[in-house]
Amino acid sequence: MDLRLPSKVLEHILSFVDSNEDRNSVSLVCKSWFETERRTRKRVIVRNCYAVTPEAVARRFPEMRSLTLKGKPHFADYNLVPDGWGGYAWPWIEAMAAKCPSLEELRLKRMVVTDECLEKIAASFKDFKVLVLTSCEGFSTDGLAAIAVACSNLRELELRECIVEDLGGDWLSYFPETLTSLVSLDFSCLDSEVKLSDLERLVSRSPNLKSLKLNRAVSLDALGSLLRLAPQLVELGTGSFSDKLDQEAVSKLSQAFSEMKELKSLSGLWDVLPEYIPLLYSVCPGLTSLNLSYATVQMPDLVELLTRCSNLQKLWVMDLIEDKGLQVVASSCKELRELRVFPSGAEGLNDTNVAMTEQGLVSVSEGCPNLESVLYFCVQFTNAAMVTIARNRPNLKCFRLCVMEPFAPDHKTQKPLDEGFKAIAERCKDLQRLSVSGLLTDKAFEYIGTHGKKLRMLSIAFAGDSDLMLHHLLSGCESLNKLEIRDCPFGDTALLENAAKLETMRSLWMSSCCVSFGACKLLSQKMPKLNVEVIDEHPLETRPDSSPVERIYIYRTLAGPRLDMPEFVWTIQKNPEIGVSHLAIK
Amino acid sequence: MENVGVCDEFVNLKATELRLGLPGTEDGGEEERQKVSCCKSNKRAFPETEKDIESTGKTKPASPPKAQIVGWPPVRSYRKNNIQTKKNESEGQGMYVKVSMDGAPYLRKIDLTVYKQYPELMKSLENMFKFSVGEYCERERYKGSEFVPTYEDKDGDWMLVGDVPWEMFVSSCKRLRIMKGSEAKGLGCGV
Repeated sequence: MDLRLPSKVLEHILSFVDSNEDRNSVSLVCKSWFETERRTRKRVIVRNCYAVTPEAVARRFPEMRSLTLKGKPHFADYNLVPDGWGGYAWPWIEAMAAKCPSLEELRLKRMVVTDECLEKIAASFKDFKVLVLTSCEGFSTDGLAAIAVACSNLRELELRECIVEDLGGDWLSYFPETLTSLVSLDFSCLDSEVKLSDLERLVSRSPNLKSLKLNRAVSLDALGSLLRLAPQLVELGTGSFSDKLDQEAVSKLSQAFSEMKELKSLSGLWDVLPEYIPLLYSVCPGLTSLNLSYATVQMPDLVELLTRCSNLQKLWVMDLIEDKGLQVVASSCKELRELRVFPSGAEGLNDTNVAMTEQGLVSVSEGCPNLESVLYFCVQFTNAAMVTIARNRPNLKCFRLCVMEPFAPDHKTQKPLDEGFKAIAERCKDLQRLSVSGLLTDKAFEYIGTHGKKLRMLSIAFAGDSDLMLHHLLSGCESLNKLEIRDCPFGDTALLENAAKLETMRSLWMSSCCVSFGACKLLSQKMPKLNVEVIDEHPLETRPDSSPVERIYIYRTLAGPRLDMPEFVWTIQKNPEIGVSHLAIK
Repeated sequence: MENVGVCDEFVNLKATELRLGLPGTEDGGEEERQKVSCCKSNKRAFPETEKDIESTGKTKPASPPKAQIVGWPPVRSYRKNNIQTKKNESEGQGMYVKVSMDGAPYLRKIDLTVYKQYPELMKSLENMFKFSVGEYCERERYKGSEFVPTYEDKDGDWMLVGDVPWEMFVSSCKRLRIMKGSEAKGLGCGV
């Protein structure tokens, strides 16, 4: 008797299973469950585009409607990955065009996307609805025009912090008059001015528009007329907030803001002049997300704004907020979950407003019971502050502290910041993401290895004394998924001893450390399921095994060595004759 | 050198000195990378070391360009570029320059176009930072003042405020630094 669940029934059950994590578990039960699951999965997420081939993904999930891909490693954001390394979207788009023409949504992060890619999308997916590009590069506004003109059911077009070759604002005018389905439009990273009349017409014929993020070139005056056309917006990114308006224009703008009853998220506010801040007061109580990280608003003006934001859950701001401003946040924004404080000086230390210290973050940790995610740039810090923060907020999930002065010790005791990070790792049992900085010895990493059991992502710079540091982390942090390290003094021994761990992780990045070429070769030999990439822009002519490598990027993969490596990326497949007899392992 | 002594306590050994050049190579390496070591840092040192510098009478008014570490602090290029653009734009309307004073924990920004001549600027600075600079005279400059206003010009040189005609000053001033009098000795001679 066949006791198996009929596949139709299983399919029906699975239609309620959304989470990919659950679906991954389902697919491991047995072959028939694997088959049913794969035929019904609509949303596919590949967090390392080189971990698997596009063809394999397309073959496995023929009913795919939504694909999310990530390309370059995270440190590419800080210029640590040379241009031309990889992360090309083209092979994926080509494969999907051939095998999954019903694809509707594409979300790409840190990938190289060309105009050809965008044209291919426009031409291949008849029901294309969503394009979200985050930190991507390689395309121009011509590619955007191709999407605009062809995708007649487009719902979302979002360009988040992309580097785009800006050939002008014409692309916006390519949206046909028949397009009325727009829900979200984000062109905040573009420079050129778009034609206001076209933008206004687009907004007027988009009754479902919920999210609109303008670029800097859109004037304050223009904002007024746009808001009147779209009072239903839930997310707004303004353009430049600094033109001089006459009294009538100001009161019209004020009126427009007060009509926006649904607004939950506000960003943009480029160059905002203090006298215009009151315009925002009417929307403040409704805001759950506020991004002031590009607004050079000084502290006194910020206070008035923040005291009105009693429902704020997410706040991104520059260190111009100072300790005093953060105290106001602590007392006014009781629902706060996420805080990011960015440096206002582009050149780092000498430009930084020193009136913001560790005290600011301590205040917020005291006053905001739901605080779970922190990104904090600060010149220096203390252990005592971190201990207090950990005690106040054991519910922290993400703690990224960037002490901007490399090797800066506790500025009160001159000791390393080991004890502080120990407190964080120990108390915050659900900590999933951690970035450490300042003066740290191996002890800090022993603590993190001992306590950071749920830690999935760890970022380290200018820290530690020896190989022990890496050893503690790789052997202790059970849930470790992504590890990225720069300028730390270790390499070979810990790496080779913990090689097996690397297969349980998505990736490991190490740059300007002390990993030798020989160790890379040995690791490659030992672990065939990993791609071990040595990224050296200036290799020595002959590469002795003892020579250190500039960067190493290791990731697990089912796809084998990638075919699109530039010459400055070495993998063992490029050099099959490996003499591993005299390896210099310290 | 006191500076090195203090730092040695923390950094410890040359063996663990972190440099962006390939480990194992000595000085030099690629041009685009520079050494990183807190001993070589020109940034505001820990309070103790600053005092040491002053007491040994060393004059360090002209800080050489500080080491630019690739990708540090970890701020996305997109964000860095947009702050930069902001700076360039603000040069159009108003000339905002940063003002720091030795020993003060705050940086300030002022708009130079708001002032017509040096005395106005000086008064404003004195109010902002609560110090007094006394009279400026051609021969002796700010002799006897506890604090001396200096500025960094377009060429990266540190000059005494007041030495050049006002218009030239406004057009070439990148930032201001109010130094302790003892430190500014080196600027007294020659411009």
